[in-house]
Amino acid sequence: MADLEDLYREIILDHYRSPRNRGELPAPPAQRVEGFNPLCGDEIVLTLLIDDGRVSDIKIAGTGCSISQSSASLMSAAVKGKSLDEVRQLIGTFKSMMSIHEATLADEADGAPVEPEPVDVRSLGELAALQGVVKFPVRIKCATLSWNTLVQALNEAEPQLA
Amino acid sequence: MALNEMTGALDTELVRKDFPLLARSVHDRPIVYLDSAASSLQPSAVLRAMEEYYEAHHANVHRGVYATAEEATNLYEGARVDVGRFIGAPDPGREVIFTKNATEAINLVARTWGATNLGAGDVVVLSEMEHHANIVPWLMLAESTGIELRYLPVDIDGRLDLTGLDAALDGAKLLSVTAMSNVLGTINPVGLLAERAHAAGALILVDGAQSVPHVTVDVRALDIDFLAFSAHKMLGPTGIGVLWSRANILEDLPPFLGGGGMILDVRLDRFLAAEPPQRFEAGTPPIAEAVGLGAAVRYLEATGMERIRAHELALSRYTLESLAERLGEDCVVFGPPAGEDRGGVFSLAFRDVHAHDLAQVLDQFAVCVRPGHHCAKPLMRKLGVSATARASLGLYNDRHDVDVLIEGLAEAGRLFA
Ligand SMILES: Cc1ncc(COP(=O)(O)O)c(C=O)c1O
Repeated sequence: MADLEDLYREIILDHYRSPRNRGELPAPPAQRVEGFNPLCGDEIVLTLLIDDGRVSDIKIAGTGCSISQSSASLMSAAVKGKSLDEVRQLIGTFKSMMSIHEATLADEADGAPVEPEPVDVRSLGELAALQGVVKFPVRIKCATLSWNTLVQALNEAEPQLA
Repeated sequence: MALNEMTGALDTELVRKDFPLLARSVHDRPIVYLDSAASSLQPSAVLRAMEEYYEAHHANVHRGVYATAEEATNLYEGARVDVGRFIGAPDPGREVIFTKNATEAINLVARTWGATNLGAGDVVVLSEMEHHANIVPWLMLAESTGIELRYLPVDIDGRLDLTGLDAALDGAKLLSVTAMSNVLGTINPVGLLAERAHAAGALILVDGAQSVPHVTVDVRALDIDFLAFSAHKMLGPTGIGVLWSRANILEDLPPFLGGGGMILDVRLDRFLAAEPPQRFEAGTPPIAEAVGLGAAVRYLEATGMERIRAHELALSRYTLESLAERLGEDCVVFGPPAGEDRGGVFSLAFRDVHAHDLAQVLDQFAVCVRPGHHCAKPLMRKLGVSATARASLGLYNDRHDVDVLIEGLAEAGRLFA
């Protein structure tokens, strides 16, 4: 079961069993956004507090599989305290780690595997544990659910800050 | 025929040889297909019938006069007769409508019968165990016309709670229920429901997507008014489904989609609709798919629905017993215990491992199950879960399949311990 161990790395299982930043912040003042994965019924409620251009607090509620829950937990730990610019950058890096695989798949279909642009996964810290997910294309949506919800929360929050 | 010579029972080993996909391996293991509730596999007879159709008879139906066009029309209409016979339709040539799937069949009723017979405040009764296909079309109608929806509740064993049936039906125009739950496996007492609906002056629509492939469904014996089902869950191809209704009901309905094939005459300012079933079959129909469905029906008939049911009932017992014996309280199966009112659909919860993760681990064992809400979100909310892993049986499953399922679940338990 080598493949499965690639997917379910220890860090992922740890965040799944003991999710960080679990719960909901009172909204308002927090920004509250719900995300759904209509395919599998995963639901996530993300509440986010922005203070002085930083994510001063974030909480995650909802239900989902180990990948969606651990990704949300890892994400909350990674963005808490960061500036909005840093958060946007992190989102970009994470998403390219997740989409590398889709690009590789397309190339393989053409019969000419091309080395994808490397993503600097070191900048992702613990989040790099989610790299194994790209070998399981159907699970990518699980891993990106909380991130897309975060993007939505930022998009909704930023005009109010300006 | 795949029967045991001594007992006359289904011989699964022989049956399995009829299904080419079962010869496949996934991750170096022979495939264990436990997802027939989502879509069944097809026997070679169905595949061959469709291939032969395209190789030797293909033409558009109902219009040409050349030999193959007539053959294609005869094959298409022959499939209608096969399907009608299979469900006990008194007059297949007028009552069996080919649709895209069960979903379209139910939408057809909502859009034609519903739109002309229901107005603001009229009541349609559904149940809490319906597939979205038998909820959303009525919600859409409620939005456009203001009909009222009532729901028969599901009890803690996963059966319909019928204590309030007559009250729910009071003043109702339609009862629309599934004959078998695609989440719980519950087989509902359709005959009784039909009787009570009619006594209240309502019609009854039966969603047969899960029942028609697994138990005998006879529209006359059940005394129902509409029956919807899909070919791809009953050994046939995707892309075709069936709506059956009584000729006298269909005659009064307006067309569904407009276009070729559904008219008697068209002028620049008006049209005259054809008689049923053509009235409801606009455009070039799924001809090869109808041929495949006809072959699927003949395969089911030759095997015998009683035998299929007996086999699946015995295997259901084995599944529930083995899950309880080997996994104990770690494994919860929703729905009623094995018995006459339960089909081979098992929605599982295993400890607190999420359904998606269960299905992922099971995939490594080449076990095909479905994680998720199974298009029955209201029911899932009632059960208090967001997703289950669903294993479902077909006539080609055997005890070994169930054993591998349990082996995979045990491995998931170790991984997520
Ligand atoms: C009970 C029930 N009704 C309706 C449907 C819809 O079938 P289809 O998607 O083929 O239209 C399904 C299929 O999942 C079902 O299980």
